[in-house]
Amino acid sequence: MMLLEPMAPATRAASGLVVEDRERHLFRVARRAFTDAEVLEAERRAIFDRCWLYIGHGSELLQNGDYLTRRVGGREMVFNRDRAGAVHAFLNTCPHRGATLVREPRGNALSFQCFYHGWAFNVNGRFASRYAEGNYGEGHYSGGCADLTPAPRLDQYRDFFFICFDRDAVELADYLAGAKEYIDLVADHGEAGMEIVGGDQTYLIGANWKLLAENSVDGFHGLPTHSTYFDYLQNVGDIDLGAVGQTFRGSMQDLGNGHAVIEYPSPWGRPVARWTPAWGEDNRAMIEAGRARLVAAYGEARGLRMAEYSRNMIIFPNLVINDIMAVTVRTFYPLEPDRMEVGAWALGVTGEDERLRALRLFNFLEFLGPGGLATPDDVEALESCQRGYRNQREAPWNDISKGMPRGANARTDDEEQIRCFWREWDRRVASAPALDRVGPAG
Amino acid sequence: MTAPPTRAAFEDFLFAEAALLDDWRLDDWFALFAEGATYEAPTVGAPEGDDPARSLFYIADDYVRLRERVLRLTKKEAHAEHPRSRLRRMISNVRVLSSEAGASAVTGNFLCHRSKHGRIDVFFGHSLYTIDWSREPWKIRSKRVVLDMDRLYPGKISIIL
Repeated sequence: MMLLEPMAPATRAASGLVVEDRERHLFRVARRAFTDAEVLEAERRAIFDRCWLYIGHGSELLQNGDYLTRRVGGREMVFNRDRAGAVHAFLNTCPHRGATLVREPRGNALSFQCFYHGWAFNVNGRFASRYAEGNYGEGHYSGGCADLTPAPRLDQYRDFFFICFDRDAVELADYLAGAKEYIDLVADHGEAGMEIVGGDQTYLIGANWKLLAENSVDGFHGLPTHSTYFDYLQNVGDIDLGAVGQTFRGSMQDLGNGHAVIEYPSPWGRPVARWTPAWGEDNRAMIEAGRARLVAAYGEARGLRMAEYSRNMIIFPNLVINDIMAVTVRTFYPLEPDRMEVGAWALGVTGEDERLRALRLFNFLEFLGPGGLATPDDVEALESCQRGYRNQREAPWNDISKGMPRGANARTDDEEQIRCFWREWDRRVASAPALDRVGPAG
Repeated sequence: MTAPPTRAAFEDFLFAEAALLDDWRLDDWFALFAEGATYEAPTVGAPEGDDPARSLFYIADDYVRLRERVLRLTKKEAHAEHPRSRLRRMISNVRVLSSEAGASAVTGNFLCHRSKHGRIDVFFGHSLYTIDWSREPWKIRSKRVVLDMDRLYPGKISIIL
């Protein structure tokens, strides 16, 4: 669907909201893409109803019967492990009259029961109530019409579980494309795997969701937005400022399907295997042993890459795995064009030494999250952009052109990784089903 | 052994602390903390007594990082709080939970309004303090801010709670 008149007829424009002019090295995005309810509706149909979306990590469902509830792609989901150990993703709504079935954020259950009329279900989704004859036909018990509705697709890669509301979508492994290699680089940190550490950060931001997609992999904003964070690193002896410049010597990879990553030498310490003086000599041997283990397990090149380098990755549309001064997994959904809900977690090595776990969490909070020394300024920036878009009638375009003359040799502080996101966004939104096709599904 | 101070005396102390934060006198506020003190905010819904060495918090500062947090907020490059937001908080229901060896565990409820860009953020919850009153001036050994909202509606805790 064409949402806006393209800026110039010679430029590539699918939705009309993204304009790329390779000859002039100009890449622009209409600010309307961040403010318009019609665009959000097109996104729901073309992106959140079609793409694979992260729902949770296998480590969050350790025991059979464990469950949690989570909003994914505008739906309310139950993500759980049944009594046989199989993982499910159900729409959190009673098949009877629609009440929210599971109302606790997480727990362990042998069955689910709706509080409204008492319909009950096995944790594998099967209708489990038994009423006296005459109440219901046999089909209610055998035909599945009273069973919980599962997400049409559920699959996992290295314990990262995804769902998809499009039955015809490509396989998850194909969807993830080049991102799999970078998920491996995180999933291989621990010999016994990785786990989500207790405590999740859920918060609202008064900005369009795509602003956080851009920001999560944006190397350009690091120094201007976060100078006080780099001051902190310097003050506590975690960095020499000369090292900050080296972050731009990294590289950027287009991972396909709108996914992209930037990878660079770390200016900060990394609990996985990069010790810094700020952590004290006491912890040095432990961290250097981790580094030696990575080199022994994966060879010098890959081992040191895992230990030393940081990676910010976006998996289209809204999964961020940032393997930086700690590992954060982050997802975010639009509530309205100018409001999003963010879920953020810390990923740690399963069974790691408790000193290392403590250090990992301490390091996470120095930068990340609503109370970190950096993320609040990101949130401020995003909300400030959103306010700026009130001026869009006279100032209608964002500029995402940095590094275009460098072509394939993009730097981490260029914007090519953000352009990867927008090209996929544009392609998908342009194919959005017409808005008048509203109605109950199939 | 010296009897612990009265609840009213602790209230006065916490009221004074609140005024320093509302008035952005952050250096004076930091001076209330004993060397080695901690300042923490667990995530909403976290189990009581959760440990920042094992669970993800919003804030888990040791004394050095708290000093840096304060220093950062004094800079104009702390963008979320420059220009500064306007703040006012209410402290109430102060109770002394226990006292031992010149220090007391004290709790109080708070309601903090933050206003910026025409938007009002509301933070509410209770705080748990360990306050050393064995000598003047009193010092805070630990402060844990427990938000009692079910979700963090403001997207950031850019102020000190």
